[in-house]
Amino acid sequence: MVDRLLGRRPAAADEATPDAKGAMWNRVQLARNLRRPRTLELLAQMADEIVELHGDRAFGDDGAMACGFARIDGRRIVFVGQQKGADTEENIRRNFGMPHPEGYRKAMRAMELAERFALPIVTFVDVPGAHPGPESEERGIAEAIARSIGLMTRLRTPIIAIITGEGGSGGAIAIAVGDTVIALENAVYSVISPEGCAAILWRSADEAATAALAMRMSADDQLELGVVDQVVSEPGEGAHADHAETARRLRSVIVAELDRLAQIPPDELVVARYRRYRVFGAYTETAAPPVVAPPNRGLADRLRDLLDPTRWLTGTTGGGSSRRDEPAANEEV
Amino acid sequence: MPIKLPSFRPRKDVYPSDLWTKCPSCSEMLFNKQLEKSDRICPTCGHHFRLSAEARIALLLDERSFQEEDGGLQSVDALGFVDQKTYPDRLVAAQVATGMRDAAVRGTGTIEGRRVAVCVMDFGFMGGSMGAVVGEKVTRAVEQALAQRLPLIIVSASGGARMQEGTLALMQLVKTCAALELLRAAGVPYISVMSDPTTGGVFASFAVLGDINLAEPNALIGFAGARVAAGTIAQELPPGFQRTEFLFEHGFIDRVVHRSALRGEIAGILRYLVPVPVEVVAAESRSLFSPIGFLTSLADREADRG
Repeated sequence: MVDRLLGRRPAAADEATPDAKGAMWNRVQLARNLRRPRTLELLAQMADEIVELHGDRAFGDDGAMACGFARIDGRRIVFVGQQKGADTEENIRRNFGMPHPEGYRKAMRAMELAERFALPIVTFVDVPGAHPGPESEERGIAEAIARSIGLMTRLRTPIIAIITGEGGSGGAIAIAVGDTVIALENAVYSVISPEGCAAILWRSADEAATAALAMRMSADDQLELGVVDQVVSEPGEGAHADHAETARRLRSVIVAELDRLAQIPPDELVVARYRRYRVFGAYTETAAPPVVAPPNRGLADRLRDLLDPTRWLTGTTGGGSSRRDEPAANEEV
Repeated sequence: MPIKLPSFRPRKDVYPSDLWTKCPSCSEMLFNKQLEKSDRICPTCGHHFRLSAEARIALLLDERSFQEEDGGLQSVDALGFVDQKTYPDRLVAAQVATGMRDAAVRGTGTIEGRRVAVCVMDFGFMGGSMGAVVGEKVTRAVEQALAQRLPLIIVSASGGARMQEGTLALMQLVKTCAALELLRAAGVPYISVMSDPTTGGVFASFAVLGDINLAEPNALIGFAGARVAAGTIAQELPPGFQRTEFLFEHGFIDRVVHRSALRGEIAGILRYLVPVPVEVVAAESRSLFSPIGFLTSLADREADRG
C-alpha cells in the first residue's frame, strides 16, 4: 500500500521514505491498540488506592472521562483521564473514549478540588477527539474545552500531564496543560487526526500515513518540538503487551516529578507554566512596513490577474473579491 | 415536447467573477461595487458575506483611529511541512493573494471615542487558520489590553488551528486562553465577535471565552465541522446545526448582531463594562492568583525582548 501511496505522490516521496511512513503509521496503530492500558488500568497497576468521582453537577456523568483520588507510592493525587473501553460493550458505555462537555466539566470540578485541597494533579491523555455530535455542540463542547484549558493555566497546584495513547487535538489539550508533559514512547499527539488532515490537504483519507508523518505526531517528534518534556519507553512490543511494566515505568517518573514539583511554590509554578506555553510557535518579526491592502482593482489589475500564474496555483483563492465567499473550508481541529 | 426558448436570464458563469457575486442565500446577482458599499451584506436578503480584516477594521473603528501593531510577524515552517505544496509556498501564495502577512491583524483604535485593543481575523488567508502568528497576535492583544487596561475586542473568522504547524498550532489554544484568564482576573472586559465561520480550535479557545459573545446572523460556528461530525457519529444533523441561531438558542451567544449595528452595540456594552481601576483589583484580590504579579512578569518579558 505504501508503494501505491508513493507512486501517487512522488513529491512527498523524497522526504518520506516508505520506512519512515510505515514506522509512523505503526506507532499510530500502537497508540490506538485496543489492549493498550487506559487511565484506570494504569492506575490499577500503579496506585495503592483509587477513589473514582462521578458527575459534573450540571448534566450527568461521562463514562469517557475518569476522575478521582489516588495514592501512588504514598503520595495523594487527583487524577483525570479519558477512558476508552476494552471491548465493544464497554466502548459503547464509554463512548469510545470521546468525552462530551460534561466529561470536561467533571474534570474541571476534580481539578478545582485539587487546588483547594493542595493535591497535585496527574492527567492521562488518550482520546481520538472530543465527541463531535449535535449533543456535544448543544451543551457547549468548545466552551468546556476552552474553560478547562484556561483553568489549568492558573491552578496553583502541580500538574503532570501524560500522553498515554492518542493525543487528539482539542479533546486532548483540554486536560493536557501541565508543568511537565510526559509521553509514552508509542503515544501520538496531533492537532487533527491524520485521517482528517489527509482528507483536507490531500483530499483523500488514504494518505493518512503521509499526513501523520508530515504532522510529526510521534512522541519523539513532540519531544524535539518541546511540546513534550520527557518520553517514557514502553516494554517489548508496546504498552499493550505488558501493562504492569508500563505502569511501573510510568510510576517512577510520576513520583520523581511529583517530588520535584512539590519543592516549587505554587505562585512560581503558575508563572513558569504561563511562560512554558507563552513561547510556543515559530515566527519571525520583520521591521517591514505594516500590511498594505491591495489597491482598488481596476480593469488593468483584473487583466493582470488573468495572466498571473499564482491565480492558477492558488486555485480559487486568487484575485477578485469573491474569493472570501467560497464554502467554508472546515479546517477544524 | 416543450420548445426550449432562449432564456434572458443570464447564466451564472457568464458574469465575470470580479464584477458580480451570487448571493448564496437568495441567489441574487450582486454587483461587487454595490456589495462593498453595503458592508458586504446582501441588500435583498441580508446575507452577511465574509469581510476582509481591513474592511472589518474600517467598519468597527472610528475613521483613521486604527494603529497597527506587530504587522511584521510572519510564520516559520517549524515542521518542514509538505502536502501537495510546501507550507512556505502556501504562505507566499496566501500573502500574494491577500496582501497580508498572516490571518490576523491587531492594534489599537477607538470606538465612538473609547480606546480599545483589537485583533481581527481574515478568512481569506489560509482559511483564517491559527498558527504561531495568529496565536501570538491574539495573545499580544490580550497582554496589551491587560497592561494598558483597554477593553479588548477580537473578531474571529477562522476554520480552526493551522494543520501545517502541527501541535505547535494546538499550543496556541493554551497560549491565548492563559492570557485571557489573566485579563478576566484583572477586571478588563473582553468582547468576542464571531463571524462566518468560527470553528475548531479558534472557537474552542479565545472566541468562546468572551465576557460578552456577539455573533453575526447565520454564521457557521461550531467545534467540529459538520463533515467530521457526520462522518464520526453517523447520525443525521439537525437543520441549522452550528449556525449562530443554534448556538444562541443553546445559550452560548449573548446577542445576534446585524453587521450594520455592530459598532453601536459594542460601544453600548463598553459603557457598562469599564475596566476596573488597578487599585480596586489589587485591594480586592478576589481571585486566587495575583494579576499584579503577572503584570510585573509581563514587564520583565518586555524588558527581555529589549
